[in-house]
Amino acid sequence: MTVLVNSETRVLVQGITGSQGQLHTRGCRDYGTNIVSGVTPGKGGQDFEGVPIFNTVKQAVEATGANATMIFVPPPFAADAIIEAAAVKIPLIVAITEGVPVQDMVRAVNYVKRQGVRLIGPNCPGIITPGECKIGIMPGGIHQPGKIGVVSRSGTLTYEAVGQLSGVGLGQSTCIGIGGDPVNGTNFIDCLRMFQDDPGTEAIVMIGEIGGDAEEQAAAFVKEYVTKPIVSFIAGQTAPPGRRMGHAGAIISGGKGTAAEKMAALQDAGIHVVPTPADIGEKMVEVLKK
Amino acid sequence: MKIHEYQAKQILAKYGVTIPRGKVAFTLDEVVSASEELGTEICVVKAQIHAGGRGKGGGVKVSKGLEAVRTNAEQILGMQLVTHQTGPKGQQVKRVLVEEGMDIKKELYVSLLVDRGSQQVVMLASTEGGMDIEQVAANTPEKILKVGIDPTIGMRPYQATELAYGLEIDKINPKLIRPAAVLFQGLYEAFVNEDCSLVEINPLVLTGDGRVIALDSKITIDDNALFRHKDTLELRDLDEEDPAETEASENDLNYIRLDGSIGCMVNGAGLAMGTMDIIKACGGEPANFLDVGGGSTQERVELAFRLISSDPHVKCILINIFGGIVRCDMVAAGVVAAIKNVDLKVPVVVRLEGTNAAEAHQIVNDSGLGSRLQMADGLRDAAEKAVAAVA
Repeated sequence: MTVLVNSETRVLVQGITGSQGQLHTRGCRDYGTNIVSGVTPGKGGQDFEGVPIFNTVKQAVEATGANATMIFVPPPFAADAIIEAAAVKIPLIVAITEGVPVQDMVRAVNYVKRQGVRLIGPNCPGIITPGECKIGIMPGGIHQPGKIGVVSRSGTLTYEAVGQLSGVGLGQSTCIGIGGDPVNGTNFIDCLRMFQDDPGTEAIVMIGEIGGDAEEQAAAFVKEYVTKPIVSFIAGQTAPPGRRMGHAGAIISGGKGTAAEKMAALQDAGIHVVPTPADIGEKMVEVLKK
Repeated sequence: MKIHEYQAKQILAKYGVTIPRGKVAFTLDEVVSASEELGTEICVVKAQIHAGGRGKGGGVKVSKGLEAVRTNAEQILGMQLVTHQTGPKGQQVKRVLVEEGMDIKKELYVSLLVDRGSQQVVMLASTEGGMDIEQVAANTPEKILKVGIDPTIGMRPYQATELAYGLEIDKINPKLIRPAAVLFQGLYEAFVNEDCSLVEINPLVLTGDGRVIALDSKITIDDNALFRHKDTLELRDLDEEDPAETEASENDLNYIRLDGSIGCMVNGAGLAMGTMDIIKACGGEPANFLDVGGGSTQERVELAFRLISSDPHVKCILINIFGGIVRCDMVAAGVVAAIKNVDLKVPVVVRLEGTNAAEAHQIVNDSGLGSRLQMADGLRDAAEKAVAAVA
């Protein structure tokens, strides 16, 4: 059992002919993901290394039965690409694009919810079920199939965590990068619920960062719903207030959203919070021994 | 991107938001002629810097008569204005806004921002204008009114009217309900059309002569949306930014200068923050946040080296690249070449994870850089080596 994606997932790539789209389509296909089609308006009828290209998402879905989409469309058009996918009710939309205007996301997320489909991202590494399906830009090789669910707001910090888990022999059920933007499609609570409900997941790694109160909300949810052990790290303990630390969402404003507050809330919910990102793998080993 | 108060007011005026009569001035002569033009007995001279807290720092002065205007402007123009947001060095004042004084009956607060929780734009308002709104929210949360706005239908007239009554504007002057409601809708239109991430009016004032006026205005524009606001981009004031941070942003590097001695170069914002955290946990202090992004080419590494080493406090540089797709041997070769090209004086600790790590080690060992370039094995080892290098 896994979460959201598995070997049956049929993936469409929006923006398949751009440089990022090409690079990561190859990466996913080589990992074993079933890439069934691509969309680039104006290039319908052509193919990308054997993958048929369509002008619209609707045509691609009708012709190839895609049930997930991976979006590499540039920021000015990314929200429209998400909405186009939601309009035909593709059940899983993974938006990799970084730099989407926040108000575009306000409108897109509102529409996605009404359509009843799931959006992951934007500005995220994507989702992977090791050995079965990779939709995103993460390095496949560091992952191993197993029973740890991973959810994170950060990209490379997730790779760090996964690298440690695999290094200590703990494989992953599914790893989900929810992205670093203030308004996104899937939050920690959505993922924690799925991992708790997934019989294939035994324990969870949750990686948060400064800004907003998503980690505090997650802590409250864990108290009432999650019984599986969780190891957590919060990035940005040394970040100064008022400065945006790379991610649009990672900013301490008005004294709110500090790492210290988040760590306290998580600890209070019984979550194993580690002080540095180097401790994630070892901590999980220790927690699972108990 | 932040803009100045007078620029924010000019933008809001386009959306029907009433602002005080006033003019920006760069010299004393311009201040005096602006004051004469206004013709009011009372003028307010306001320092234009991006940081908040200007009034407390002595950057805002109410002046009666031309002489007072001149004296006050003389003090403000060119001063190093220190506020709780500028840091101890302060920010030099190069322009002031000269505005009409007015008969204030009531000060209110109103702002707009994107609420992460409800994933929509919300308007916040309070009867406690002119105060530190975070204090109000902490001490008397019931005095903060919150209006969530559905993005598909926008701010409805009834919501604006309801908010005006909620602020008890009718108790000051019932005739001001309608102009206040119109102003609220104008603010929302401006927020959406100009792709703002924050609009804050503190205070919004009700005057004795029956006007509703945005007395102060603060606007932050969403950096990600600047591509469709070329005219707004021209309002950027480079004097308000750290030159090194500006150079970084022009090259798609994300650089924020801090106070420590260990320079950091990392790919990815989360890992960059995590690297700073482990430096601190190992007893060191990070000198900066720097996300070099995905393409760690020799040119980008060189630029990053130059930026980091332009900070005299830096005694060691820690490079942490979790590649995967990036080939470590290529990054290592780029780092070695960059150290030689930039003639870097401080030692470098490098941790590379990804494909071809063994070849990368070989390149570092063969570089002839000796102790100036050390290879680390894992994140903790990298932090410990960097902290040892500055000890």
